Amino acid sequence: MPTTPTAAPAGGMLEEAWALDESVALRPEPFGALAYHFGTRKLSFLKTPELVDVVRLLATSTSVEHALRDAGVPESHWPAYVGALRGLATGGMIRPRGQRGQA
Amino acid sequence: MTILEERTAPPPSPGKLVDQFEKGLDAPICLTWELTYACNLACVHCLSSSGRRDPRELSTDECKALIDEFERMQIFYVNIGGGEPTVRPDFWELLDYAVDHHVGVKFSTNGFRITAERATQLAATDYVDVQVSLDGATAEVNDAVRGEGTYDAALRAMANLRDAGMRDFKMSVVCTRHNIGQLDDFKAIADRYGAQLRLTRLRPSGRGADVWEDLHPLPEQQRELYDWLMAHGDRVLTGDSFFHLAAYGEPLPGLNLCGAGRVVCLVDPVGDVYACPFAIHDRFLAGNVRDLGGFDTVWKHAPLFQELRSPQSGGACTRCSAYDACRGGCMAAKFFTGLPLDGPDPECVKGNATGALAEGRTRPDSSRDHSHTGTVRNAPVPVTLLRHRPSAMCDQSPLA
Repeated sequence: MPTTPTAAPAGGMLEEAWALDESVALRPEPFGALAYHFGTRKLSFLKTPELVDVVRLLATSTSVEHALRDAGVPESHWPAYVGALRGLATGGMIRPRGQRGQA
Repeated sequence: MTILEERTAPPPSPGKLVDQFEKGLDAPICLTWELTYACNLACVHCLSSSGRRDPRELSTDECKALIDEFERMQIFYVNIGGGEPTVRPDFWELLDYAVDHHVGVKFSTNGFRITAERATQLAATDYVDVQVSLDGATAEVNDAVRGEGTYDAALRAMANLRDAGMRDFKMSVVCTRHNIGQLDDFKAIADRYGAQLRLTRLRPSGRGADVWEDLHPLPEQQRELYDWLMAHGDRVLTGDSFFHLAAYGEPLPGLNLCGAGRVVCLVDPVGDVYACPFAIHDRFLAGNVRDLGGFDTVWKHAPLFQELRSPQSGGACTRCSAYDACRGGCMAAKFFTGLPLDGPDPECVKGNATGALAEGRTRPDSSRDHSHTGTVRNAPVPVTLLRHRPSAMCDQSPLA
C-alpha cells in the first residue's frame, strides 16, 4: 500500500550494526540498484547510488552511522537514510548483524 | 514477485522511480520465457496461439546457455510459460539448472502433469513457484474456455501442491465476461488450497483476438472488477495488468505503467525476443537470442526497445483528465484490436475508444500461429454458439 515516507528519528538504528541479508543480491541500475531477496521473492529499489553505497558498506561498518559517514552522506540527510534502511529492514532485505539470514 | 517500492522511503529526491523505468533498466525485472509452443490443450484465448511444437525450438543446451546469460545479467527471476512448459521432456532438468544458477522460476501450468510426486519435488525446491491456470470458479465456466476436464485437472494439481506442503503458489485467472461475477468464489478456492489468487486481464493477443469481442468484460463488469480489486487488492496479485482501470480514480497497487521493452519482455520458444508477453507479432519483435551478442545485446540495443524507452506521445489521450493515471492503457490491446497506439485503450473506462471500436477497423493478421490443426483432446466448446448477429434473416433461415 502506498505510504508517505516519513523521516524517522535517526536515533536507535544509528548505533546498531546491520548487513544485507545473505539471500539478497543487488543489481546496479542507473538510478541506484535493485535488491532481490531470493527467499521471499521480494524486490526493492534503492533509489540513489548513495543508498547503494551505504547498504554495501553496512557489512564492514561497526554501525549504521559509520556506514553513512564512510559513504559521505551529510548528517542532515541521515534521518531520511535511516527511514530508507528501516523500510529495507521491514522487507527483510537487511538485518541486524549477528542474526543469521534465512536461506 | 512482490514489488516493495513504497516501503522503501526515498532519501533526498532522486526523482520518481517510474520515470527511471520509462527509460528502461539494464536488465528486465519481469522476463517471461515461453519454453515451447507445444500444448496438450487448445484454450480459446491463448495469448501465444500455442498448440504445435516449433521445430526451431531452442535445444536443451541453448536453453542452458540462455540461463547462464540471465545469471550474468542478474535477472533474478523468470516467469516460464508456453504452451504447456511441462510437456518439454527436459523441463525438469532446465528448472533445476535455472535454480542452481540463481535464476528463480515461476512457471505457469494447466496442472495436468502436476502429479503428487512432482508436487513433492516442487515443494522441496527453493526458488521455484508454480502458477496454475483456472478461468472459471465452476467447471462450466472454466471448461468452455480451457477445454473439458481442465477444471478438474487444475483443482487436482492444486490439491497435490497443497498436500505436498507447497505454500502460496499462485492460482491465475484471466478475467472474462463469464467469471467477473465469480471473484469471491475464486478467492475462496485459492484460500482452500493455500494458494494466492492472481487476476489478469484478457488480452486480444494470439487466439485471444478471435474471442475478445465476446469474452472481454462489459463496462459495468470492469467497474465491478475495479471495486473488488480496491477492496481486496492487497491480498490479490494482478501482474500490474489492470492499470487501464486506474482511470476510475485511485491507482491499483503496482507500477501502473506499460513496462513493454522497458522493464518487461518475452523470449519465445525459438528465441525471438518480444516487447511483452502479449505482443507476439512482428511489429514488436526486437531480435533473437541466437543473434550475435545474445539476449543481452537485444535487451540493451534493439532499435524497437530504444523506441519504446524514448518519450511516448499520448496522442488523443493527453487531453483526458485521467491520462496521468492510465497513460493510455495497454499497447498490445490497442494493436490487436486495430486501434492507434497513441490513442485510448479498447477498454478505456472513460468510453473514449467506443467510437473507434464501432468504426471499421483493420485488425492485424496474426504473424505467428502454432495452433493445433487437427482434433485436440479436451478441445473447448465455447458456450456462445452464434458469435455474430446475422445481418439479415436469410443468413439464418433459407425461407426468409
